[in-house]
Amino acid sequence: MIAQTRRFPTTNHIVGLECKECGRRYPETALHVCEFCFGPLEVEYDYDVVRQRASREAIERGPRSMWRYKPFLPVQPDDQPVDIGAGLTPLVRAKNLADVLGLNELYLKNDCVNPTYSFKDRPVSVASTKAIEFGFEVLSCASTGNLAGAVAAHAARAGVPSYIFVPSDLESGKILGAAIYDPVLVAVDGNYDQVNRLCSEIADRYHWAFVNINMRPYYAEGSKTLAFEVAEQLGWRAPDHVVVPVASGSMFTKIWKGFGELAATGLIPDRLPRMSVAQAEGCSPITAAYRNETLNVRPVIPDTIAKSLAIGNPADGYYDLKIIQESGGSAEAATDQEIVDGIKLLAQTEGIFAETAGGVTIACLKKLIASGQVGRDELVVAYITGNGLKTQEAVAEHLAPALEVGPTLTSFEEAFAQSERQAVVA
Amino acid sequence: MPRARVKFTFPPDLIKEPVIHNMSMKYNIVTNIRRANVTKDKGWVVLELEGTQDAIDGAIASVTGLGVRVDPIEGDVIEG
Repeated sequence: MIAQTRRFPTTNHIVGLECKECGRRYPETALHVCEFCFGPLEVEYDYDVVRQRASREAIERGPRSMWRYKPFLPVQPDDQPVDIGAGLTPLVRAKNLADVLGLNELYLKNDCVNPTYSFKDRPVSVASTKAIEFGFEVLSCASTGNLAGAVAAHAARAGVPSYIFVPSDLESGKILGAAIYDPVLVAVDGNYDQVNRLCSEIADRYHWAFVNINMRPYYAEGSKTLAFEVAEQLGWRAPDHVVVPVASGSMFTKIWKGFGELAATGLIPDRLPRMSVAQAEGCSPITAAYRNETLNVRPVIPDTIAKSLAIGNPADGYYDLKIIQESGGSAEAATDQEIVDGIKLLAQTEGIFAETAGGVTIACLKKLIASGQVGRDELVVAYITGNGLKTQEAVAEHLAPALEVGPTLTSFEEAFAQSERQAVVA
Repeated sequence: MPRARVKFTFPPDLIKEPVIHNMSMKYNIVTNIRRANVTKDKGWVVLELEGTQDAIDGAIASVTGLGVRVDPIEGDVIEG
């Protein structure tokens, strides 16, 4: 179960890992923090090699999944991906929603339709592939929902066991989407911080592939495909502005990196999008820092219905703020009520039922337009990252009741007429 | 000897206090600071603690009790 360091061929498109803080370089191993300064590590590529392997034509001929962008991902060309069909999700032209919001051109990247119903399938597919390449025999993570399902499903596909750590007070319904794949579920009796620290310690001690801890540099790269697909689906160009729901902040940095890589390799024009952060007001440390005009992210204790975004101490918050600065973007936050309204607006204009993170995105987009941070003439892409069936409780009490009728035509017509009258009054 | 890599985030009222020194003395912990950002009203320190497991656990509980936020250097690893 011990990770092996691989030998590099000279044509490797992966240079290795580089510390985002001090710039020290490391070989391509299961390492996630710099041994010197404890800064986070990032995969570095040889873009000359990437450029030789990646072309628009080759990508368009590739598999109908995120793996069509394999030359940009941190796996070897001969690696067989652990692939359950993640990615190449629809980019939907949202005319109805655009009209309501007052935008000319709005697209939704609908990642609700991934195999486990959230964008997490993307990073987990990469982390799982890399874990198998490194020789790991166990996949693991700590999660309260989406990530757990994605890891358990990919472990099943790879034929390896998985260990999923969850807080013991998590509702059983939240882990059903993971339990069905038969992982070992470890319910930890402790508060959030205690569970968090335990998982970090276990990742240090056991030779397991914790996808978002020791595999984090590779895991995070999977989110770049959210940029690649949008660019390809727009006809090989970047949008003017993207709005991204943010928790740890990793996906935000990788969408930015993805567009940058396409520009650097000549696949899209060298014109990158403005990047805006969307957070829940009850867990908005990055937006708070943006509002306070500082790069210093103060951790918070989450209190929001957007559980998938409830990370109070975002590892990539600082880097998100730098990207906002560099790209000319912004940051917003939405209250719980605004999140519910956002979910409903999205569903009722475009037929897409998103989880709470999607509500955050739509609510924040609305506020960014109102404040002038998003221009009405910009080509905007909003990322919808998870399926609403996962968080039905968030909206259950906010929906119109059914018409109750007896089993006769008269009863139906009376009720129907009454509802029509109420609709007119409303 | 067990080690822990952690990030201490200090509230403003503890910025001037020798929290790390006191912890080190009381629990016989060797501290090794790798990165830090401390100003007059806020601060964080990324450091390694080395000592017995009981001493490390006691030290973390102690500074947490004072109001210091202690996180793994990875930040929050429990994802939604």
